[in-house]
Amino acid sequence: MLKPAAIVGQVILYGAFAAFIGYFATSPTYHQIPDDVALIKLSISHLGDRACRKRTPEELAKMPPNMRAPMDCPRERSDIKLEVDLDGREVFRTVLHPTGLYKDGVSTVYKRFEVKAGTHQLAVRMNDNVVNPGFNFVQEEEISLAPRQVMVIDFNPDQGGLYFK
Amino acid sequence: MSFHAALRNATKSVFLRVEEAFDAPFGGRDNPLRHLGAIGLYLLWIVVGSGLYLYTVLDTGIDAVYSSIGYLSQEQWYLGGVLRSLHRYASDGFMLVMMLHLLREWSYGRYFGFRLYSWMTGIPLIWLAYVAGIGGYWIVWDELAQLSATATTELLDWLPIFNEPSARNFLSPDTISDRFFTVLIFIHLGVPLLLILGLWAHVHRISHVDYLPTRRVMLATAAALTVLALFRPVLSNPPANLASVPGELAFDWFILFIHPLTDLSSPAFVWALLFGLTALLFALPLLPHGRPPPVAVVNPANCTGCDRCLADCPYAAISMAPHPGRPGSRLAVVDPDLCAACGICAGACPSSTPFRRREKLVTGIDMPQLSVNALREQLEAALPRLAGRTRIVVFACDRGAAAGKLLAADDTAVIDLMCTGMLPPAFVEYALRGGADGVMLAACREGGCEFRLGDRWSSERLLGEREPHLRHSVPPSRLQLTFASAHDSTRLATALTEFRTRIEALGATTDRLQPYLRRAPHHA
Repeated sequence: MLKPAAIVGQVILYGAFAAFIGYFATSPTYHQIPDDVALIKLSISHLGDRACRKRTPEELAKMPPNMRAPMDCPRERSDIKLEVDLDGREVFRTVLHPTGLYKDGVSTVYKRFEVKAGTHQLAVRMNDNVVNPGFNFVQEEEISLAPRQVMVIDFNPDQGGLYFK
Repeated sequence: MSFHAALRNATKSVFLRVEEAFDAPFGGRDNPLRHLGAIGLYLLWIVVGSGLYLYTVLDTGIDAVYSSIGYLSQEQWYLGGVLRSLHRYASDGFMLVMMLHLLREWSYGRYFGFRLYSWMTGIPLIWLAYVAGIGGYWIVWDELAQLSATATTELLDWLPIFNEPSARNFLSPDTISDRFFTVLIFIHLGVPLLLILGLWAHVHRISHVDYLPTRRVMLATAAALTVLALFRPVLSNPPANLASVPGELAFDWFILFIHPLTDLSSPAFVWALLFGLTALLFALPLLPHGRPPPVAVVNPANCTGCDRCLADCPYAAISMAPHPGRPGSRLAVVDPDLCAACGICAGACPSSTPFRRREKLVTGIDMPQLSVNALREQLEAALPRLAGRTRIVVFACDRGAAAGKLLAADDTAVIDLMCTGMLPPAFVEYALRGGADGVMLAACREGGCEFRLGDRWSSERLLGEREPHLRHSVPPSRLQLTFASAHDSTRLATALTEFRTRIEALGATTDRLQPYLRRAPHHA
């Protein structure tokens, strides 16, 4: 039979156990980003272009008739050059490499940028075939970000290339 | 002493002090710190039981998953709400108990030798527990789930394991589909099943496993969590919206602490920490340790194949095989990798009785470092030296209170044991019939035996509840069983003084046993 003091002791200790769990299961609260900040997520997954070359008539003539494809496209994909400017300042510069042992997979990037909520000038430039100079995809516009808003920079060739969502 | 050893000893000292303080209200059998593994398993069963109910009412649509769980807390608070809260709080309790269990076993040095298997199989369970716990949060699909899902996938994407960033699955509201929750639920069921399978492996090489704590501990734990569930019910945060970052959130620090840690540092730091700690835990057994003590040795000529050592071994180190010399009989076989060298098997062997007349007592199973014969020789040498009015023999565990240094006197002989479980009960009678007025057995505190079961087996054998039992003709008044840890020197000294006073009060009673001298004829 438990003594009264032992019962009181157990009640206190089990109560402390429950209180400890109850407190740290919900507290202290967590705030991932400040209230006046918005988030820009740059997330692109894209197959770089291939450096195709047109075969000369002499080359085609040397090939078996059933294999005379007019274009010679290597398996490897091009690196992708990407630049992001915010309010005229460079915030991100990178060259994405294709994945895969034969460098024939997609090139991907995922980055988060915390910015103050409000209006900003956002410019994104991308070149998916670095053999060519400059950028073949450019998206530049004024964006208005509400506090805690998430804006995504993505790429979809079927939607015209780079887009903000 | 190395830094690691100093840190371990300091932590062990803290654990010991708190455990011993907890003995006052709880007693040894109900002391939660002495049964962390069993309590963890019990909490896991609460999680599983409450989770089964939540699974039956969960709707796996994107919007329905949030509303079906919210319904439990709002409309069915008396059943579904309580079970949901129990599911959450028992999970948190499991994490807490699991980490305490890990810390305690490390501080007690229980990670090498015969405990290597349990240590190694326990480490992956920590990962499984956190995978199951974090995944469980996603199912609610509230803002906390959104934060956890995004943060976890961003953390995973730092590792070169996915072709495309997995965080792209949580870019915007239209990237999530109903199928995601179906897959998630299967993961949330599958990983805990793996955890239970892993737990089975974790305790596979020990015997007499405490799969559950005592009924009192179970009732009290369930009551504490239920009261918590009623007074502080678990509620969902606002529904997830991938178009915005969650605001201030009620946060579960037991399971989701990894996300703020990543925000404060970096994914590289977090992975280095997690992999580093895991590697460290796996590498701990490789640190230099003292030479392992010699393991139990079986003497086939004296082994009767009675199974008692098999029944009492706390680490399943003994198996029975056909006796090579006696057809139809069996022979105990010791697995040296599993043997803890506690001597409990020698204490269980019926051949270990000191009343045997052979000059050299050879028993069925024995410890080379302290054989039963050596024990008898120590006792036979000590008994004639005892002087004074009340001569007492103390058999003491050398891991408990320092009985040898503290109690030895002209009228008190102290014989140290590797574990009190190694003492065959017949030694008590042998000491009393050899001239002692009383025998004290100083075992470790209840539930505090280094070899798990030594204190329990000793107690049960002396009380006649377990074989080999102390003969009923031995007067209980001349036997004292005391439980004392390494910090209990004063308690042990007080117990001895009280025992002596009690024996002296008996005076010249008739409960004295007939003297027995092994070397003298007894058939007169």
